[in-house]
Amino acid sequence: MNGLQLEAREFHAFEAAGERFVYLVPSAAVFRLDSATSAILERLSTGPRRLDALIDGLAGSFDEEDVKNGVYDLMETRAIGPAGAPPDTMPVEVPPADFPLTTMVLNVTSKCNLSCTYCYEYGEDRLVDEGTMPRYMDEQTAQESVEFMLAQSKAKDAVNLTFFGGETLLNFKLLQKTLDYARRRGVEEGKQVRFSLTTNGTLLKPDVIEWLSANDVGVTISIDGPKDTNDKFRVLSNGLGSYEMIVPKVRQLLERHSTRPIGARVTLTQQNLDVHRIFRHLTEEVGFREVGFAPVTTSSCQSYALDEASYDRMLVQFQELAREWLEAAVDDRFHGFSNVRESVEEIHKGFSKAYPCGAGLGLMGVGTDGNVSLCHRFAGSSEHRLGSVTEGVDREKQAAFLEEHHLAYKPDCHSCWARPLCSGGCYHEAQTRYGTTRAPNLHYCDWIRSWTHTCLEVYGELSERNPSFLRHFEA
Amino acid sequence: MRRLKGVNRKAFLIESHLDGLRRGESLDGAVPEDGAESVDELPRDVVGLRSSPGDPQIPLGCTLIFSPGWETDSTGSTAGLCQPVERDLFDCHLGCFWPAQVPDQLNHAPDWTSRCAAAEKDWRNIDLIFP
Repeated sequence: MNGLQLEAREFHAFEAAGERFVYLVPSAAVFRLDSATSAILERLSTGPRRLDALIDGLAGSFDEEDVKNGVYDLMETRAIGPAGAPPDTMPVEVPPADFPLTTMVLNVTSKCNLSCTYCYEYGEDRLVDEGTMPRYMDEQTAQESVEFMLAQSKAKDAVNLTFFGGETLLNFKLLQKTLDYARRRGVEEGKQVRFSLTTNGTLLKPDVIEWLSANDVGVTISIDGPKDTNDKFRVLSNGLGSYEMIVPKVRQLLERHSTRPIGARVTLTQQNLDVHRIFRHLTEEVGFREVGFAPVTTSSCQSYALDEASYDRMLVQFQELAREWLEAAVDDRFHGFSNVRESVEEIHKGFSKAYPCGAGLGLMGVGTDGNVSLCHRFAGSSEHRLGSVTEGVDREKQAAFLEEHHLAYKPDCHSCWARPLCSGGCYHEAQTRYGTTRAPNLHYCDWIRSWTHTCLEVYGELSERNPSFLRHFEA
Repeated sequence: MRRLKGVNRKAFLIESHLDGLRRGESLDGAVPEDGAESVDELPRDVVGLRSSPGDPQIPLGCTLIFSPGWETDSTGSTAGLCQPVERDLFDCHLGCFWPAQVPDQLNHAPDWTSRCAAAEKDWRNIDLIFP
């Protein structure tokens, strides 16, 4: 037994609140180390060692029983193992074909009244040529989509219907009819249907706001911050900025619609990276409850694509906001930086993903023509079509998609400790960057690892300083 | 768990799974004696996390399950097997660590592969070894 040669297996160590932790890969478990286990891992980080050498080496600080117990705990959780043991294999377990749908994103129109330069739907990197899709979804297709959603949700007792565009509110009449229809059909089927939509805010008239509030519709507003940053890319077709038009309407919405939290969604570009200023403006001056940031999806040749230095700058600012979020959480206060909240929740639940997101699985997008695609970003792309709301999902195509997009087939990811949370990243981003949904998004690997490390630190510190806050993530 | 403290939900699942193993639900059926707390006495099943308690223990290795060529067909010969027996010889010769699976080329059958210069072309030239 004492001659057993031991080596470190896959984990990522981090420190928080003066304690040491390990994030185990691929189980995604987080354990707090004590001084003995910490010392054992430190020794093994330089290479394999025999158990008796470990005991001897640590004899000054720990007795034999401490070291053996530490080794035993670390072996049981697979943080360490016998030297030369094969690495964990990644079983390719494709989810069952009848996996229930939890979210349907309905593209009610492919038309938009803004001309944002970076738009993935209309900009340089678009997947679908303009004019190939009906501009507006018709009532029959919307109702068939609702039936599709209810049928595909199988035994689930709740399902989410997200209205999307183009500019969603350009088809407000259809929204009203579809929501009523879905609500009535949901009651008949014994299912709760939750509604949300994303809009650019230009058409938030008083009657629209009233309707959103009365029907508990969750709203996300696409906005890029104060006037000067928002108006760089979010412009009307004549090139004028949209800020002045949107913000008074958003203020009205925030004032009158209190049944659901209203969030802002910011697209970061090379020219628009002042995360702090944008966050302060949107929360403190405009009044959004939550703000989420995402770098623009684009091929690397566009002038607004983030370069490496910009990813670094974004990271530093994210880290500062994450610290703010932590201090708020320690005091049981709410803080609206949604990026960190989402990551901390995934860490707490121990997500270990075989797929980066639910696209093509629990989430599907429906185009204005009723075709079902991986997600709303692929609406109208024949290559990424999974079926239609009338014919249902092409199960063979779906199974083939899930099979070939499994993390097991992304060898670039296999040596990365952050893969349980990242799993290669957004399919649409990969399609835009590398021309295939199967490619892992290698251009932001370092960023993802640094950000995941920060979120682990935040999580570790929160678990020490205010563990009861983690109850918020138990649902 | 004496030295590690579970923090997230997945860690708690692992802890409760290991507790289950310790209570006697280990894969090899070994029930630790009362007070068997020392590291030497507890079952040391490092593959334990892969299966739930009570799963049958499946022997791993090539011949028992995955390489039917080493068996005989229903008539006691090898002609009716689902794969040519030669495919299996090379399966073990190249891909398997188990030394007894190939003929002893040092003593008993030194010329076993002498007519097989390139396996992908010449594997048919490898004959069976009859004692």
